[in-house]
Amino acid sequence: MATTQLNLTVRKPSNSVAVIDIHGEVTGAAETPLMSAYEEASHNGVRTVILNFSNLEYMNSSGIGLLVTLLIRVNRQKQRMFSYGLSDHYQQIFQLTRLNEAISIYPDETSALNAAG
Amino acid sequence: MSSTPPPSEKQKSSEQAWAKPSDRLNVEANMPAGSMNLNVQGRQLNNPLQGFGQMWQKTYRIKLIAPRVPATGKAATPQDIIAGWKANFPKFWPRGNNFYAPLTEIQPGEVAVLNLKGPGGMPLSTGVRVIYVDDEQFSFMTPQGHMFAGMITFSSEQEAGEVYAQVQALIRASDPAYEAFFKLGIIGKMEDEFWTATLNNLASYYGASGQVELKTQCVDPRWNWGAAKNIWHNAAMWSGIYTVTTPLRWIGKKVSGKK
Repeated sequence: MATTQLNLTVRKPSNSVAVIDIHGEVTGAAETPLMSAYEEASHNGVRTVILNFSNLEYMNSSGIGLLVTLLIRVNRQKQRMFSYGLSDHYQQIFQLTRLNEAISIYPDETSALNAAG
Repeated sequence: MSSTPPPSEKQKSSEQAWAKPSDRLNVEANMPAGSMNLNVQGRQLNNPLQGFGQMWQKTYRIKLIAPRVPATGKAATPQDIIAGWKANFPKFWPRGNNFYAPLTEIQPGEVAVLNLKGPGGMPLSTGVRVIYVDDEQFSFMTPQGHMFAGMITFSSEQEAGEVYAQVQALIRASDPAYEAFFKLGIIGKMEDEFWTATLNNLASYYGASGQVELKTQCVDPRWNWGAAKNIWHNAAMWSGIYTVTTPLRWIGKKVSGKK
């Protein structure tokens, strides 16, 4: 089994918002840590989950697939998923895969938190 | 002076691996006589969120027992498997299905036209775009009208000293008509047979034996009613109309040629 070079931390700036800080690589090997981080983030009435990609080192196509399955889980919990910190390159990949139509992209944490309300 | 730091090796390799975004597909493949080039040009890609049916992750995996690189006879690594798969992709497809791409090897950004055996044996023309390619995997996304909205990833890895090859599809039926065929077990069976045959052909190319295993997981059991209108792009419908009107077009050409 492939190993992952990924470190995820979960913060809760408010009762209704959780931020998942992504450090490292999002590949197929990231499934278990990413879903565990989401479980931790989505407890206790969280309405918006924000992914912080500021320290993303690499994401391959399996990583994009993981974001799709994560988004499905978020939608089923009637939550929203936002993101910030994406480089121009990864913003292009969101555009290529049309994930930008499902995950709102913000330039920084302040903008994402303001949008989360 | 710009303060932007130089791109890291990982950034550079990511930029080489991913296709550039484009709003609409553009077909550059040279299509042989008798092939159908329909339902691709000008279409948009659809990710799995933009399809209609239940969302599935289907993983077809084969343990390649004693794979050898055909040219050298040396033991094949996952990188060798992917290199050969990229270079010979259409050759591993089951007979009667064709993959027309502009280049001989799978490259990021390529748009390929597919001529497939559709439901009931009807010819079906659709396509894919190569969105990602590296040494260990490559991925396609499907356009509007394809049977499935989603992504298909082809990969190889080494685990406990064994080499595996895998096809993983994250897909949902594009529209209600395809979902009906899927629920009847027709499209799903075709898909399973298709990728099982492909992996067996890949194994044969490397002189390996193995058994394809299928793991199916329902990611989203709901229908996405907002995508019901996708039926307008249904490639099976348009391919069928094209096929049954072929004699009329032939007559039209003859008549106009006489004028």
